[in-house]
Amino acid sequence: MAQGGRPPEVRLPPAQGLGEGGRLSILVAQGLISGLLFGGVYSLMAVGLTLIFGVMRVVNFAHGDMMVWGMYLAWLLATRVGVDPYVGFVVCAAALFVLGLAVQRGLVNRIIDAPHEMQILLMLGVALVLENVALLVFGPEPQRVRSAISTSAVWLGPLFIDVARLVTFAVAIVLSLLLSFFLFRTDLGRSIRAAADNPYGALVIGTDVRRVYAIAFAVGAACVGAAGALVTPIVPFQPTTGLQLSVTSFNIVIIGGMGSLPGAFVGGLLVSVAESLGAVFLAPSMKELVSFSLLIVVLLFRPAGLFGRRAP
Amino acid sequence: MRWAALAGVLILVALPAVLSSYLLSVFIFIFFYAFLGQAWNIVGGYAGQLSAGHAAFVGIGAYVSAILSQQVGLTPWLGMFVGGAVAAVLGAVIGYLGFRFGLRGFYFVLLTVAFAEVCRIAVGNLEVTGGAIGYYISFTGNPWQFQFQDNRAHYYITLTLMLLATGVAWLVERRRLGAYLAAIREDEEAAEALGVNAFRYKLTAMVISSFLTGVGGTFYAFYLLSLQPNSVFGIPLSVDIIIRPIVGGTGTLLGPILGSFILSPLAELSRHYLGQGGWAGAHLIAYGILLILVVLFIPQGAYPYLKSLVSGRSNG
Repeated sequence: MAQGGRPPEVRLPPAQGLGEGGRLSILVAQGLISGLLFGGVYSLMAVGLTLIFGVMRVVNFAHGDMMVWGMYLAWLLATRVGVDPYVGFVVCAAALFVLGLAVQRGLVNRIIDAPHEMQILLMLGVALVLENVALLVFGPEPQRVRSAISTSAVWLGPLFIDVARLVTFAVAIVLSLLLSFFLFRTDLGRSIRAAADNPYGALVIGTDVRRVYAIAFAVGAACVGAAGALVTPIVPFQPTTGLQLSVTSFNIVIIGGMGSLPGAFVGGLLVSVAESLGAVFLAPSMKELVSFSLLIVVLLFRPAGLFGRRAP
Repeated sequence: MRWAALAGVLILVALPAVLSSYLLSVFIFIFFYAFLGQAWNIVGGYAGQLSAGHAAFVGIGAYVSAILSQQVGLTPWLGMFVGGAVAAVLGAVIGYLGFRFGLRGFYFVLLTVAFAEVCRIAVGNLEVTGGAIGYYISFTGNPWQFQFQDNRAHYYITLTLMLLATGVAWLVERRRLGAYLAAIREDEEAAEALGVNAFRYKLTAMVISSFLTGVGGTFYAFYLLSLQPNSVFGIPLSVDIIIRPIVGGTGTLLGPILGSFILSPLAELSRHYLGQGGWAGAHLIAYGILLILVVLFIPQGAYPYLKSLVSGRSNG
């Protein structure tokens, strides 16, 4: 059934004859669905971050801000050129690939052997520049992109499924699968994994490690660029969104295990579902509390993360 | 060196006689951030533990003393120590968790960020703190309430705070603690192998640093008279705190002060001139570029760099 206007995140079902318990379980199921569907984007963005970390041992503090640039590019494409974000995400991914390449070649390459603190500060500098250039260019007002399907929804019994979320989820999952195909089935992907596993060994067997680093960083940025474009029909965004997204990506990647691709993938779904359920049981403004608590618990008791192999 | 420092302090004490009220507020800004940077420097610089959540201690100190003064009637002159103590307890908790479980580098950064974010969200959802709308202090101009009609009072308070934190950092540097912290910062395994209890000294540094930062929160609250969880607990304030010692030189006595004298006027000028014409984020772009340049070209910071220039010249 098609619904007019934008549906709210969690909506009470039309069924009338339900008791308190039934109503709550429907709310929970609804939260699970919408969290899971949103989780695809979280997974894609975390996969990009963990790829960069896994290969270079550099934490991309500008990850969320790169994502915001993906969002604004999708917005520009939609409003100026009339390209639907579900098509435009390809362009956004390509543009972020180039940005990632430039940042890696110009800056990250120079500090790859520097102490962690220096790397963190450099990426923090990049994050500040990206976020505030976006603020200058696009202004602080929240934006949202309308897709052709962003107003449709289907009812599954008493449960409500947002078609835009469904499509975003599907595309994000397909992109994550494509990435693992690239990493595990192509020569370039194999050399990326080799360099991640043992840079010196990869160098010895003739891998161009510098090139591999640049490509890994660019692919990571492309992931987050696509993820940015794909969420634009679902949630509003503004330049300051980047910081939250960076922090959320770090949460996911640590919960899943730094450098672990399956960890990032599962972690993304897990954190999204946890936040969504947090919004059901606590106030919506407190949903982030759930993922931070999850992070602190994981940091303290299993710092290697759910799928990580080595402790920090 | 000692005479130069004394002369510098005397000039700063005499300066309000000739400053316009606008310049006075710029100096307040410089001193306050130099103070926060110096407090951070004890754990972030000397101990080398990159805490990226120091805004939380400002926020806790600010809310505690503000609520105590408005609800209980306790004067902020005492409330500032209560705020500092609460911040120190939380600093001890977060330091205990982080250091006990051996979190280093990026993991410690994230733990501190997560801690500050949890505080921000919690305070934004509590009733006693005014929630997301914020907490407001009515202006009375009563010095007993830490409120002053004359901006020169704020000038001397922030100058005192800056000198106090610098004095503490100087003590840390000169005592055994400073030597232990330097050893831990340079090579923690080696320091532990020589019998330095890294956990204990890192925790000590964290407690001193969070106490001082919490005390600073009282000034923040009663200078601005309004507290919003997003600004006082936010990541941007944490960045503001750490960027000055980093630019000036971490783990040095004058680094945070030099950093604040470089960056605070820059921030103030760009906020003042660029902030009006829709150039809201311009000073943060400048911060970002500066951070990148410092990391690439003078990673040790401006103060050690200048010092090496001067000594290089006198030797050669």
